Amino acid sequence: MTWSSTPTRRGFVAASGLGLAGLATARAASAQLVSDIKRYAGTTIEVNLIKSPRGETLQKYEKEFEALTGIKVNSEQTPEQQQRQKITIELSSGKPSFDVAHVSFHVQKRQFEKGGWLADLSGYIANPALTPPNFWDDFAEAGKTFAMDGTKVGALPFSVDYWIIYYNKELFAKKNLTYPATFEELVSTAEALNDPKAQISGFVARGIKNANTPVWTSLMLGWDMYAVDGSGKLMTETPEAIAAAGLYQRLMTKAAPRGVTGFNWSECQSAFLQGRIGMWLDGVGFAPPLEDPDKSRVVGKVGYGVMPKGPKAHASGTFGDGIGVAAASTKKEAAYLYCQWAISKQMGARLLQAGGGVPFRNSVLEDPEVRRGVTMPAAWLDAVVGSGKISRLALPVVIPVTEFRDVYGIALTNMLSGADPAAELRSATADFQPILARSEKT
Amino acid sequence: MSQAASSAALAPSNEAAPKRRGGLTPSYWPFVVPALAVVVATILAPWAFTLWMSVSEWKVGEGQHFVGLENFLHLLSDRRFGQSVRTTLIYTGLSVVAPLLLGTLSALLFNRKLPCRGLLRGIFVMPMMATPVAIALVWTMMFHPQLGVLNYLLSLIGIEPQDWVFSPDTVIPSLVLVETWQWTPLVMLIVLGGLASLPQDPYEAAEIDGASAWQRFRYLTLPMIMPFLLVAATIRMIDALKSFDIIYAITQGGPGTASETTNLYLYSVAFSYSNVGYGSAIAVVFFALIVALSLLLLQLRRSSGRMAGLE
Repeated sequence: MTWSSTPTRRGFVAASGLGLAGLATARAASAQLVSDIKRYAGTTIEVNLIKSPRGETLQKYEKEFEALTGIKVNSEQTPEQQQRQKITIELSSGKPSFDVAHVSFHVQKRQFEKGGWLADLSGYIANPALTPPNFWDDFAEAGKTFAMDGTKVGALPFSVDYWIIYYNKELFAKKNLTYPATFEELVSTAEALNDPKAQISGFVARGIKNANTPVWTSLMLGWDMYAVDGSGKLMTETPEAIAAAGLYQRLMTKAAPRGVTGFNWSECQSAFLQGRIGMWLDGVGFAPPLEDPDKSRVVGKVGYGVMPKGPKAHASGTFGDGIGVAAASTKKEAAYLYCQWAISKQMGARLLQAGGGVPFRNSVLEDPEVRRGVTMPAAWLDAVVGSGKISRLALPVVIPVTEFRDVYGIALTNMLSGADPAAELRSATADFQPILARSEKT
Repeated sequence: MSQAASSAALAPSNEAAPKRRGGLTPSYWPFVVPALAVVVATILAPWAFTLWMSVSEWKVGEGQHFVGLENFLHLLSDRRFGQSVRTTLIYTGLSVVAPLLLGTLSALLFNRKLPCRGLLRGIFVMPMMATPVAIALVWTMMFHPQLGVLNYLLSLIGIEPQDWVFSPDTVIPSLVLVETWQWTPLVMLIVLGGLASLPQDPYEAAEIDGASAWQRFRYLTLPMIMPFLLVAATIRMIDALKSFDIIYAITQGGPGTASETTNLYLYSVAFSYSNVGYGSAIAVVFFALIVALSLLLLQLRRSSGRMAGLE
């Protein structure tokens, strides 16, 4: 299958999921869509996107969507934190200024479901006039878990972010080390790489409050433990949670660069780009600058490793974005067509090939032609595929995700100053428990 | 026209003049209405609404209901709020004292007849004109423990690298450093204005009496510029209390909550946790704190003004 820059109706159908189904099927389905694809021509939709490579890709190609459907798109990108606040406030007001919203599933899923702020897309997905057959079957399970609330679909799964370990192969070679297979080896390797005199740190991850919580919950998955269990009970004082916090504390105090308590992903990335970090744990989407000669001193030296195995489980922390239609929108069908285009095979392939994100659609990841076009090293794609096989949601699906990240983030930061993990987690749980209880009560 | 007629025309007519009530002519009220409407719409109404929200439990997306003083009582047991108030007071105290000292010293310096004095004054006030977020981004890079220029400069003189804003122990002094760098020029300008207005007679008399330079400063200059210093202190205090942009852009209140001022905590509660009711209660308490401190400084200014004979 080729990726034509000229949009066609058939291309849209194929890109929406029928490409692998063969030409005859595509023709049959396109005949169905041909009469519908322009039905909403002349409609103008407002699209609110997170400022990110995903948002940029959508904006870059939105003219193609306009040419294909005749729907006019007004889109804007807003920085992530502000965008989350903006769409929450606007959706809750009942009169959002947008028809389509880019949603952070790992933060907003439960809140949006409870508020009923996004349109249920299940009817549109089942409607053959708007959606090709077997469309929904193409998504990875993690994406469906994020998107679904019972039988309802709140947003289409857009992009997944697996957490992997970036490592500096040159530093590994100097110390004759191999990539760690287990958490124990992760610690020993990080400490072996650490060389403060040479300004080399063995390991880095987010230390700043809020941003650091997913690091801990990702490590906790290695103990086969989630922060909140299936019944909604907090598991943050369990021996497994404490062990994961202890591992975080050890890695971040024995092998991390000074000042790591103030590091978000950008500081981690800067340090890694300078060639001063042995291993960096974070999302796959941060890879492109590492291979950019204008920004990086480690081009060609970066290894991409799947998360090492924990004492009880092998798991990669998973986060994800979705794209959905505001329940209050008066142009839902046109907005849905945009969402469908945004997560189409063609757009997914573009995202993956640029290294800006990983689509939830299996057919994109499995397509050899798409894989050949990926500009990132093959090891990156292998890490993506390998992580997909062991992916688990790393943050609890609760309403007060931000409070969860803040409260435990503060505890984790205190641990970096020497506080006892068990005591800190106990205190944080005492603080967060009432917040969680209140959120589910109202 | 006769003189009598002319006088009658010029004299105010009791019949034509509108009746005064409380010193204000009733027919002038329509002219006040636009300004009054703006004040009500932009100041009073939002404040009344904030007060109403502060006695309500209201999370974005959920119902709102009256809870009386519950939000305010919760503040008493909220450790994070207590810590944010302490951080705010420490940050404010340092952010007032440091610029005040350095601003006074630089004003004394620039009050002298120096070569290129105008140019030097112009350069000195430049930080004040910069955008806070731009300043924050530049300082963030300078503070970076590995890549920042500050640690490089320290290494040149044999001092160990510091963690600056990346450590709970040094984050507040580091932020105060930025605040001081930006706002010392403001204090300098205010004090310089004060110095220019001082009478010369007392100095001549003091010199005849053999007063030293320190004595002239301590017993003449300082008392006479005290009202100006208190104006500068009031402005700085209000500014430092409501400081948000620089702290948010550099540390976001971290590491942990080490630099989380009440403003930042309020922002998190209201906009990140969507807890508008509780956030409003914090806003009300914070407003009361600012008003109380401002009144205190105003009182001090009046006292010092009387002492210096300027009021």
